[in-house]
Amino acid sequence: MAKVFIDDIEYEVPDGKNMLEVCLSLGFDLTYFCWHPALHSIGACRQCGVINYKDENDKRGRITMACMLPASNGTRISIEAKAAHDFRAGNIESLMLNHPHDCPVCDEGGECHLQDMTLMSGHNYRRYRFKKRTHTNQYLGPFLNHEMNRCIQCYRCVRFYKDYAGGKDLDVFAAHDDIYFGRSEDGVLENEFSGNLVEVCPTGVFTDKTLKQHYTRKWDLTSAPSVCHGCSLGCNILASQRYGTIRRILTRYNGDVNGYFLCDRGRFGYEYTNSKKRIIKALKRVSGTYQPIENGNVFEEVKALMGEGKKVIGIGSPRASLESNFLLKELVGENNFYGGISNTEGNLIKQVINILKKGKVKTPSLAEAKGYDAVFIVGEDVTNTAPMLALSLRQAAKNKPNEEAFAIRIPLWNDAAIREIVQERTGPFFIATVHHTKLDEISSGSFYGHPDNIARLGHAVAQKINNNLPSVPDTDRESASLSSSIAEALLAAKKPLIVSGTSLFSKNVIEAAANVAYALKEQGKDVGLIYTVPEANSVGMTLLSENFIDDAIARVEKERADVLLILENDLYQRIGKKDSEAILKRCNQVVAFENLENETTNSCDYVFPAGTFAESTGTIVNNEGRAQRFYQVHIPRNEVRSSWKWLDILRQDLQTAEAKDFDVIVDEMIQKNPELQKIKETAPTADFRIGTQKIPRSPHRFSGRTSMIANINVSEPKPPDDNDSPMSFTMEGYHGIQPSPDTAFYWSPAWNSVQAINKYQIEVGGPLHDGNPGKRLFEPDENRQAKYFNDIPSSFHPSNDELLVLPLYHIYGSEELTALSPAVKERIPQAYIALNENEARRKGLNAEGGKVEFYYQDKKWELSLKIDNSLPDGIAGLPKGLNETSGIGYPFRTKINS
Amino acid sequence: MERPLTQHIKKDGSVLTLEEYEKVGGYSALKKALKSTPDEIMEMVKNSSLRGRGGAGFPTGMKWSFVPRGENTVTPKYLVANGDEMEPGTFKDRLLVEGNPHQLIEGMIISSYAIQATIGYVFLRWAYHVAAERVEHALREAYNAGYLGKNILGSGYDLEMHLHTSVGRYMCGEETALLNALEGKRANPRNKPPFPQVSGLFGKPTIVNNVETLCNIPHIIANGVDWYKQISKSPGGGGTKLYGASGRVKTPGIWELPLGTSLREILEVHAGGMQDGYKFRGALPGGASTDFLTEDHLDVAMDFEEVPKAGSRLGTGTVIVMDDKTCPVGMCLALEKFFAQESCGFCTPCREGLPWTAKILLALEEGEGKMEDIDHLTYQTHYMAPGNTFCALAPGAMEPLQSALKYYREDFEKHIKEHRCTYR
Repeated sequence: MAKVFIDDIEYEVPDGKNMLEVCLSLGFDLTYFCWHPALHSIGACRQCGVINYKDENDKRGRITMACMLPASNGTRISIEAKAAHDFRAGNIESLMLNHPHDCPVCDEGGECHLQDMTLMSGHNYRRYRFKKRTHTNQYLGPFLNHEMNRCIQCYRCVRFYKDYAGGKDLDVFAAHDDIYFGRSEDGVLENEFSGNLVEVCPTGVFTDKTLKQHYTRKWDLTSAPSVCHGCSLGCNILASQRYGTIRRILTRYNGDVNGYFLCDRGRFGYEYTNSKKRIIKALKRVSGTYQPIENGNVFEEVKALMGEGKKVIGIGSPRASLESNFLLKELVGENNFYGGISNTEGNLIKQVINILKKGKVKTPSLAEAKGYDAVFIVGEDVTNTAPMLALSLRQAAKNKPNEEAFAIRIPLWNDAAIREIVQERTGPFFIATVHHTKLDEISSGSFYGHPDNIARLGHAVAQKINNNLPSVPDTDRESASLSSSIAEALLAAKKPLIVSGTSLFSKNVIEAAANVAYALKEQGKDVGLIYTVPEANSVGMTLLSENFIDDAIARVEKERADVLLILENDLYQRIGKKDSEAILKRCNQVVAFENLENETTNSCDYVFPAGTFAESTGTIVNNEGRAQRFYQVHIPRNEVRSSWKWLDILRQDLQTAEAKDFDVIVDEMIQKNPELQKIKETAPTADFRIGTQKIPRSPHRFSGRTSMIANINVSEPKPPDDNDSPMSFTMEGYHGIQPSPDTAFYWSPAWNSVQAINKYQIEVGGPLHDGNPGKRLFEPDENRQAKYFNDIPSSFHPSNDELLVLPLYHIYGSEELTALSPAVKERIPQAYIALNENEARRKGLNAEGGKVEFYYQDKKWELSLKIDNSLPDGIAGLPKGLNETSGIGYPFRTKINS
Repeated sequence: MERPLTQHIKKDGSVLTLEEYEKVGGYSALKKALKSTPDEIMEMVKNSSLRGRGGAGFPTGMKWSFVPRGENTVTPKYLVANGDEMEPGTFKDRLLVEGNPHQLIEGMIISSYAIQATIGYVFLRWAYHVAAERVEHALREAYNAGYLGKNILGSGYDLEMHLHTSVGRYMCGEETALLNALEGKRANPRNKPPFPQVSGLFGKPTIVNNVETLCNIPHIIANGVDWYKQISKSPGGGGTKLYGASGRVKTPGIWELPLGTSLREILEVHAGGMQDGYKFRGALPGGASTDFLTEDHLDVAMDFEEVPKAGSRLGTGTVIVMDDKTCPVGMCLALEKFFAQESCGFCTPCREGLPWTAKILLALEEGEGKMEDIDHLTYQTHYMAPGNTFCALAPGAMEPLQSALKYYREDFEKHIKEHRCTYR
């Protein structure tokens, strides 16, 4: 701890901080632009000028930038001194010289850090009387809008984009008061994290283009704390709506998970919730067409079908909440519930959960992953399967070289100085994947091979770390030497991190990764092991599932079912046409609870409109076993509701029971699944109040409430109640610091922008006042004697006539629902089949772009050829989950022809 | 009078070849230096009272002493000669580099040896084409003669040296921005600490010295500290200094004179006084980013102690003379326009304050000034004070303006009252 003095008052502050961090953490309102809690200090904007005094006798002091001033023992500053005050106001005046006075038409207006800082600084009258400098703007793709005239040159954008996220196509050009932040020419910003510029930019240069399509001021939005459903990481988001449509997604700060950032899939992939294809009414098929079930009890007929003695089965969903999956399971009975994924996938996830629970290695959170100093990725293209993990790993790669800077006492916050020492160097970072992945650009060694060969490399590394393990037979010299250098680097590290996942559908890969981690643990290393899984609630659903879809198929093939209930699951997309038809045909009646029309809902007898994350409340469990609550943003004025609500109504009908509130269902679920106990702690129960107040979803400045539906009825309706959470759907409620899982927006007096988050944290960049939301359901016992996996696969040998087809992943396209959002759709690649050049030539195929035919499940598929020379011989890659490739189960073997 | 740095530079402008340089004792200082330890060289330079000639006047030996030395230090270490002479009115390094490049190279080799640097760069202003050719040639000669490369003169000491020609931005002359430029990055300055001695070029220990500073080194080594101290007029020693004069003097030029020579002697004796029909009105003593001195200050000794007492800085020691027919407002405008254009755009006060200042001065010159502009210009000189900005560019740019506002205020007021430039 260090003792510092701010305006003559003494404070004890943690070591190693700068004075700006210290002031903000202590709650002072000190203006700043270029500093960012995740990007640290560079001293460019000069906005945090304070007076720094040498000692208590120094009465004059000198203006110093708080962000560049170490908070060491005896540091003495004044924020309030007139000279400091005048300097900051004058600095804002300078920043505003060329800034357009377009706040009323600027998307950032009302949540603009520049507006906040301008007011805070006290600057008001404009003295500058000359012409403003203007710039032309660029087309940056479907996600971001560019308005360079608003730029105040804080350099945050390039520092985030290039230095933090590894982007290559955004830079600063020209000089003096003409500097320009943009691309070298118009074009799509390529980096997967570009959307963070919306929040990183302190003003309206980079704004959300999807929000612009249906623009609403921040104060008019009704928001809910939610969890991204775009992949398995469970990044925290704030989802906002007005007039019943979701307008945008912002980062919800969670110091344990995503911190300040989101990936572009998560940020811009929400628009499917507003799709015209949404199912908004309970539907029934009558002679081939769907008709709304009018009035009365919507389940009247379904109830009759499900009566006593009927064979009812249910298929759950990894994109539906625990509560929905649980209620379906309750409704159909344990033995009739099937997890909504293939058996292959289900078994892989079971294996991952098994390792999480019974292994002996810690699974770090997304935030903790940033703290490791050596990385070995075993078979996962994280940039495309779990994008934010790639962002964390990019930070981890800096840790080892950063030590050199720390050695000469450069503090972490002195960002430019650290970068100077580190240059382009990265720490030990090894990747074994099927083909070239984006993180290769920071890797110290990359290996491309068949999943079995990846697993073999993993086993070889484990064996080099622990000589007692069986050696890998028939290892070629290259892999042997690579495995030695990987083992050496991991052993030399303080905190090695092993990353793997289910994306290659290979149990061998998962087991090999665990072996490496176990071996390191036994060597006393503080090792971490992260697995990614396919979907938002893959882990949660699998915890509730004993059987999966292939079991269901086998079951109905043996014995027809009377009713099949499908929960938020497009079977066609997931298991393909052949298997889908096989199961649907063997069920007399099919009832689906679904968000959007799809091939499955087109083949059902009844379809009920299920809420997406926007209209549902629930709990999902991420890849590390962290249960997190998401809340519905609004109650739509149609029949859409949480699937569990539909299921609860159906259950009431069947059992003539009472409607149950969310908390009751959670209790019931915990009672039957004690390992889910901790989900009770993920958020307060619905009866929680602060004093007598609920927690508002809208800010107190929310406008238009009385007139929003005045064209229909001039009397204002009673605001809807939320029986499932302690939150109100209006601005009424407690406006102080709310429980962290229930914070719907960030606002604090004088802080209207996203940077109001400073006020919700114990110290800036640290945990939230109420603790970071989410609870981990299981922790491994690190002292346990975990058993190594002994199945070392044999090396893959390409066959002469057949190719093995493996999935390749795309951040835009490989996830089912986000791919339906218009902005994301623009970024989805053309479907292809990828081969290396030799393989293509051997198969007599034309050059890139030529048509290639292959067979899958007896159906002919035609795609264009993409040459990817990093792919090993004998292996073809298909983009997972695109329209053209949906329903394919991997891996499979096929012959291909031109 | 001793003129160690310029004595061998030929009047006809041709370059001193290696052979000619060796004939007048060139590289003998290096031979001597290689027989001493690096610490001994550093000690000599520390004791010599040599101060940096780039403008800031930091003691050279002390600067060197912050470089980590001995075993187990970070390598490679670098030495960079700052020859990015972009300061308006300054052309002293050009004379040294064009006239006697080997003197610079020898100085660099000895300095590199003292800090145990193994790589050296000559960072040269883009426009110095002749100098670039001559340095390139001299480097080849030095390599061929065994003064550079592996095992220099059998001493076991290795040094590689390269020429880098700059892109032509004033900013590149700032020590840390120069390092960024040399790395191929934007020429933005860096925060200190860490200082370049610890984290400089490519994050390695680096010394950046001005060309003139480095040219002093061989003579200090060859002739000793006592000799070096006594060739100066200043009580604290400090050798000779290249002084220059430009503006409407009879014979503008560069002269090597004892440090501490008076401004009057430089202007009246060496520059031949004012041209006929012009009167002396004031001068920037050390390049464009120093405060004006007036007639009252003509007897100031041009050294690091005395010029500040008169309210300015020695800077580069190259005097820009303003005569009575030159408009001080116009002169400030020309300077501030230059500085505004040369701002790298990194920090707010410099990026925004300089163009605003220049625009106000232009308004004054065009007869569109307002009385409150004078207060505003004064405000800008405070706003861009040292410490408020990221580097010294803007504070330097404010020096001529703040002193012009002090000494020539009536000219500013006249421009505003008469709505015109009163010199046209």
